[in-house]
Amino acid sequence: MKSRDFVVRFAGEGGQGVVTSAEALARAAAQVGYHVYTFATFPSQILGGPTWTQVRISTNPVQSQGDSLDILVAFNRYAYDNHISELRPDGVVIYNSEEFDLGGESGRSFGMAVDQIAKEVNNARAANMVVIGGVAQLVDMPVKYLEDFVVKRFTRGRDEDAQIIESNIKALRAGAEVARKSGFQLGELEPPTPPKYDQLLIRGNEALALGATAAGLNFYVGYPISPATTILVWMENNLPGKGRFVHQVSSEIEAITAILGAGYAGARSMTATAGPGFSLMSEGLGLAWMAEIPLVVIDVQRGGPATGLPTKTEQSDLLSALHPAHGDVKLPVIAPGTVEECFEASIYALNWAERYQGPVIVLSEMALAERSQNIRKPDLGAVKSERRKVYTGSNGYQRYEARELSEMPLPGGPGAYVANGSEHDGMGDTTHLPERHIRGTERRFGKLNLLNDGHYEAEHASSPIVVLPWGGSKGPAREAFNLLREQGVDIGWLYTMFLHPMPPKLLEILRKKELVIVPELNYQGQFSSILRGDGIRAESIRQYSGLPFKANELAVRLKARIKQHQERKVPA
Amino acid sequence: MSAKNPEYDFKWCPGCGDFGVRRALEFALTARSQKHEKPMSTNVVVAGIGCSGNLVHLLEGEQPFGIHGIHGRTLPIAFGVKMARPELNVVVVAGDGDFLSIGAEHLGPQAQRNLDITCVIMDNGVYGLTKGQSSPTTSLGVKTSSTPFGKIEDSMKPLSHYLELGVSFIASHYSSKPKELASLIEQAMDHRGFSIVHVQSPCTTYNDTYELLKGNKAKGIEPMAVPVPDDYDPTDINQAADLLSRPTIPVGVVYKSTRPTMSDRYAQVLTGIKERTPESLMRPYAL
Repeated sequence: MKSRDFVVRFAGEGGQGVVTSAEALARAAAQVGYHVYTFATFPSQILGGPTWTQVRISTNPVQSQGDSLDILVAFNRYAYDNHISELRPDGVVIYNSEEFDLGGESGRSFGMAVDQIAKEVNNARAANMVVIGGVAQLVDMPVKYLEDFVVKRFTRGRDEDAQIIESNIKALRAGAEVARKSGFQLGELEPPTPPKYDQLLIRGNEALALGATAAGLNFYVGYPISPATTILVWMENNLPGKGRFVHQVSSEIEAITAILGAGYAGARSMTATAGPGFSLMSEGLGLAWMAEIPLVVIDVQRGGPATGLPTKTEQSDLLSALHPAHGDVKLPVIAPGTVEECFEASIYALNWAERYQGPVIVLSEMALAERSQNIRKPDLGAVKSERRKVYTGSNGYQRYEARELSEMPLPGGPGAYVANGSEHDGMGDTTHLPERHIRGTERRFGKLNLLNDGHYEAEHASSPIVVLPWGGSKGPAREAFNLLREQGVDIGWLYTMFLHPMPPKLLEILRKKELVIVPELNYQGQFSSILRGDGIRAESIRQYSGLPFKANELAVRLKARIKQHQERKVPA
Repeated sequence: MSAKNPEYDFKWCPGCGDFGVRRALEFALTARSQKHEKPMSTNVVVAGIGCSGNLVHLLEGEQPFGIHGIHGRTLPIAFGVKMARPELNVVVVAGDGDFLSIGAEHLGPQAQRNLDITCVIMDNGVYGLTKGQSSPTTSLGVKTSSTPFGKIEDSMKPLSHYLELGVSFIASHYSSKPKELASLIEQAMDHRGFSIVHVQSPCTTYNDTYELLKGNKAKGIEPMAVPVPDDYDPTDINQAADLLSRPTIPVGVVYKSTRPTMSDRYAQVLTGIKERTPESLMRPYAL
């Protein structure tokens, strides 16, 4: 039987090679042209603790983590007990027989003495290759692909390269041999069709960081917090240079106010955080809005509120991203839905901040941040880097006098003013006049009209009922949508990562719909509540488990909701 | 605010110490601009919230750039300005409430970084703008609107606190002698590193300490503010600690030491690394 897609989960204790096995398999598969998608959760502790990573490999582009497992690799008993329920009925378990023995407990399982085999090929560090060899054999993925990967990975111009390559290949073959002897077979994976263009295998957070760098980011500070820490670490390693500053600061309050100072002084500045840190940034974001200072904050959402679920995923910060601060404030929000869009979102965010002279929020989420995916290599030549309008006239400039966006003076240049968090007059001096507050408020909101260039996706958009996911729920929603269309369900697809301001044309389309269904990972149905405020008949399909949607489950819920809608339409 | 602005209706009370501090800062900024032949626009004044923060709107003559931000966050804002544009001269103006209560958490990091900025702190021992509540420097037992039965916390000792944190230039004065104060502010701005000029700036409405600071011979009141001795060596941290253990308030430079600034150390890091281009940063991910 030919297959086009399989999902394998590696589960065990931190430090047992769970993550390295998954990553090596993903990289090897992507290298030869398969589409890959990883999904992981981590324990919130330094060493050990239950951990798992799953890899989905397909001949077609993949958009979600996969609903059920074809193969479970269990490194210990706890992992087996906790993950076996997600294995599909005819799936196969590979277990580490040095840790535990399933015996006849699970019909479709076999043990592998992983470390023992690795020792036999004289490379104790090749245990993950043993496992991968076994997995590849089960799905009939040619071991040659993996061998090519090993050669590429370990050719590092050192004397020991040949020995390491040889032992790793032996490990792969030994693992495959154990799997062959087990007699299990999960179909035959079709050969990949490598794309004609160059690709990257990259995580969401890395793509956010790379995009920002490509757009000319030159000031980054941050404070460690899961799941945004990897952006800080990436920046510390990669951004420093002449005219580019990176630093770990003492709190999120310091982070937001420092990038505000930098933005005021002319830098393209950014920080990244997660829910608790984002809460601390509220007042600083209000100041950036009020004093009209460009800056970007990435919020990598995790489960909330308070400390919440630091290593799980949720889409529950949308309302606070739009309205982080007290007073009349509504910030621009860009929520990428794929790893590719992460790269683009950073660029848009920095450009929007410069263009309208104010703060922009990028809303990512844990599942997207830590996911590795193969993407088309971005074309750096196509990256636009916008610069704010800088004042170059003479002194005595009224920086805030106009009713719309005006040129911004920079320290050292002409037009000294006070960037003021109190309501202010043209020079930035504090005022309490009602007329000034009316004008100032209208000016600040009016500038949002400069950000109407977001794009959107529309398919079967003439259908009266559409699905409109946001952020990381895009992938599962897309797969659910495809399933429903295959089943002949009349449903349209609309999507944008520009949640505020939304592309005006998209709003226009949405207002005409009978029903807009919004799958989202929060209790309140945050996005649909906003859409209803915009005159759109929107309803949410909600999930708040800390885990992403599964495509099949979502398809069932969408279908039920559509049916309910149609029944209501029929007069009794 | 270079000219009288009829819309700006904030006024300090008559006799407020902040008038003298403003004058001193104007002298110091002008002198610095002339000495270094740099336009006034290369100065950025970051103001806190409170009576003292309004100084940024009340400066007369040629105008520096200004930020009047949110309560307690002058230091991290100044940090952002300075590290984005190291060539700018960054001055924080704030009061004891803004700088030492809500903003106290930011002092340590700047001291440890030896961030090359200057802070001019107006200490009046009270929250004036909110009409007379106790502040970190209000004395034990003092009755204010928020301590109707007397303050039950010890007052903090700002100068000792700065010294302990590693602030590399500490000066102290009171607001009545703008020329002298201007000289201290100028020295602080010329110092490479984190400098604080802590000024007793009396609140004539809620905490009028002029007489205590200057003394009154007729009433037999000895002045609290005492110039540092002629043979005092401000580079000696032990002498500084000894000076600060006295019950009086020193006038002059209390402490100064030289060590690399944040900018120096960052520049040092840059000499040891290879700068990455976006193209080279994509390489590790290439398939």
